[in-house]
Amino acid sequence: MTFENDHVSFKVNGKQYNVNEDKNTPLLFVLREYLGLSATRFGCGEGTCGACTVIINDEAILSCDVPVGEIEGKSVETAEGLQREPNDPLFRAFIKNQAGQCGYCLSGILMASKALLRKDPFVSRAKIAKALDGNLCRCGAHKRILDAIEEAAKSVVDNA
Amino acid sequence: MIPPSPLTNFPLLGHWVKLSEKNNLIFFSGRVELGQGNTTALVMMIADELDVLPSSIHLETARTDLTPNEGITAGSMSITIGGVALRWVASALKYQILEIASKQLKTQPSNLYVQSGCIYQKGKKTELYLSDTFYKIDFNRKIIDDVHLKSFEERQKSFPNINRIDLKSRLVDAPFIQDIAFDGMLYGAPVHPPSTYHQLVKIDLASLKDRPGVVKIVKNGSFLGIIANSFYHARNAAIWARSNGIWKSTLTDPVDHFQKLKCSNNVLDTIIESKDIRKNSGKWFETSVSRPFIYHGSIGPAAAIAKFEDEEILIYSHSQGVFQLRQAIANVLQKKEDQICIIHRPNSGCYGHNGADDAAFDAVLMAKSVPGKFLKVIWSRFDEFHTSPMGAAMVTKSRALLSSDKRVIAFDVEVNSTPHTNRPSSKIPNLRAASYLSKPIVSVRTPDVPLERGGGADRNASPSYDIDSLRVRKRIEYDTPYRTSALRSLGAYCNVIANETLFDKIAKELNVDPIKFRLEHVSDPRSKEILERLADERLSDTYNTSDDGTGWGLGFARYKGSGGYCGVMIKVNIDETVQVTDAISVCDVGEAISKDGIKNQIEGGIIQSISWTLKESVPVDGFSATAETWTDYPILKFSEIPNLRTILINRPAEKPLGAGEISQGPTGAAIVNAINNAIGIQVTELPITRDAIIAKLHSVT
Repeated sequence: MTFENDHVSFKVNGKQYNVNEDKNTPLLFVLREYLGLSATRFGCGEGTCGACTVIINDEAILSCDVPVGEIEGKSVETAEGLQREPNDPLFRAFIKNQAGQCGYCLSGILMASKALLRKDPFVSRAKIAKALDGNLCRCGAHKRILDAIEEAAKSVVDNA
Repeated sequence: MIPPSPLTNFPLLGHWVKLSEKNNLIFFSGRVELGQGNTTALVMMIADELDVLPSSIHLETARTDLTPNEGITAGSMSITIGGVALRWVASALKYQILEIASKQLKTQPSNLYVQSGCIYQKGKKTELYLSDTFYKIDFNRKIIDDVHLKSFEERQKSFPNINRIDLKSRLVDAPFIQDIAFDGMLYGAPVHPPSTYHQLVKIDLASLKDRPGVVKIVKNGSFLGIIANSFYHARNAAIWARSNGIWKSTLTDPVDHFQKLKCSNNVLDTIIESKDIRKNSGKWFETSVSRPFIYHGSIGPAAAIAKFEDEEILIYSHSQGVFQLRQAIANVLQKKEDQICIIHRPNSGCYGHNGADDAAFDAVLMAKSVPGKFLKVIWSRFDEFHTSPMGAAMVTKSRALLSSDKRVIAFDVEVNSTPHTNRPSSKIPNLRAASYLSKPIVSVRTPDVPLERGGGADRNASPSYDIDSLRVRKRIEYDTPYRTSALRSLGAYCNVIANETLFDKIAKELNVDPIKFRLEHVSDPRSKEILERLADERLSDTYNTSDDGTGWGLGFARYKGSGGYCGVMIKVNIDETVQVTDAISVCDVGEAISKDGIKNQIEGGIIQSISWTLKESVPVDGFSATAETWTDYPILKFSEIPNLRTILINRPAEKPLGAGEISQGPTGAAIVNAINNAIGIQVTELPITRDAIIAKLHSVT
């Protein structure tokens, strides 16, 4: 196996990063360990739980499943991007609906639903649910999460 | 008034509250936040008693160097015991504050009161703030000497409900153990044998040491720990080790645990026996319900951080009982307890005795070889599924006797189960790796939870109805290669399903409405109200067996016989598989503190129970659990979530009871009953998958 240490540059939440890591390292570990952005959670590292979902160039992607080498020049969004955006409609709706218990799955779900609403602001509840089938929640906060996303979608459409 | 039990060992104000250097009060609780939101309710209880805003309360939870030891946070007791203790603390504190203020203001304490952090006299704000009195508080005073609790009418006026205090941070920050980072921190990945009966036979340590990023290998008996400079490298090296090492089971023949549970010759312990149980005559009805092993399945795997320095150990853990974990680790390492400090930090949701304690011990074993360095262990999904304790497998056989006047007059319940309690303690470490170190500490059998603490396997084996004669017997099957321990509601889930489906079976045979039939066996007004409210809620098609594959079903129980009341009605639609389309619940947990938090717990319990009942079964091969990834253990998905409606009956004058474990049993029972009403068969071997229904249909025809 070869370990090419190479230069990769990409944006995270609008900020430019240049990293020198093995290009095969999944983005998840680069975010969490090298950039200190750990609001993107480690759940399985195998692409089966959705906890590490981020947005890359407007697509919801499992960050454990993307080698960092593949995101050269791309733009990544993580939950940290919402820390300074208390008025983001989704973030607000999650708080208003108290959509979560332990919250471990939530940052991934937040990113998955953000990408979904960006693509289709008129998305139905059933389609939201189907789109989130790859995001596991064990506490059983699903109903509130769906309520929150539906409410956020409505507020985005109403204000458009 | 009897003081809450934690005040026995921690009677002084200073055990529960301290003054910081900046003149702020810091409250302590031995309870841990498991993701259920209990700290929000605890803060509400303190703030309400003290008449200050919840946002002004600083609460530190569960750390061995600061907080009282309140035992394990489990069994839905956080509010009932831990919260009520804090209410006493706040009351005693307020009494002292008003006493101090009265001297400064030269008046009687009874003329003063607190409002939003200020001291008031006869409706007017005085010049004194609460914080002006803090320097004179005597923290050595006994709480019970100063306590003057509010009456229930005076409570919950300013903030009947607040949002979770920690939800924002859980959404966009990094509060979990996995997320904590220290300078120079190393990462550890354990490689555990597939079961405690397996031994590590061969591993190429030299090649393992050469894997990228690996700093050190720790091998102790059959425990293998890989220390690396990043989690990514530690994890990859562990994957390599698992596929290149050889482990062998000391068992030669596979164990069929269900065969053991169903047909054991071991003695049954009699827990309850009415004198006349054998004398009654009438018609006996019976059922047998089995549930497989169930994973905790937290989305974030177990994790811990440990550091060894100058013979002292610092540990960050998401254990449910940091003091018990400290005792266990001290015992295994032959250390004094005060050489170990354990601080609780949150992790992914905790639903019982999961891998938290084991992961903490893994971290300790590895950190020992790199003194002075913080070492973080994060388990893999494989570790979660192979190493963490599982929820017990059970077979509950219930028999009910119907008298000639159509009353159920006797219940005879036989519970067969693998252990529900294998938690760490001083005498029995119950730490996974300890059982295969080079000097192994063999785990001895932990007795089941006694009935006075709610029971373990036999929890809710007594039906929640007025039954003249009752017999409950249980048999714990210790002899399997599988490690099982506490999972939310312990035996109650399976036992409530057995008893509630039996009730429905009898009602069906008598052609009586199942709610009406239950009401005929209930005198307790609170139980009655649950059932009556459910009757009001039900739709016109409820319970009529339809020919469109849909049906409603009911389940009801009072958790532990002394906890919260919960009734659940479920509608199913059976096509290729069973889909739960609607769930309506009515619950009563006495005085409701964090009302939305309670509803959230009930909803979560219902959804988790639907998942258990329809989908979940740990795959095993007679030697160990075999699931490796989520694809081997599907759980309920977003597209499978029913419409949910939760009705909370608030009883401010009653004792507050927990809500986290009251809905699982009633939900499971309601699903089985709904399926029976939809297609006329009672499937009682869980989970109720498509294959299980087909198998049952074949056995009936």
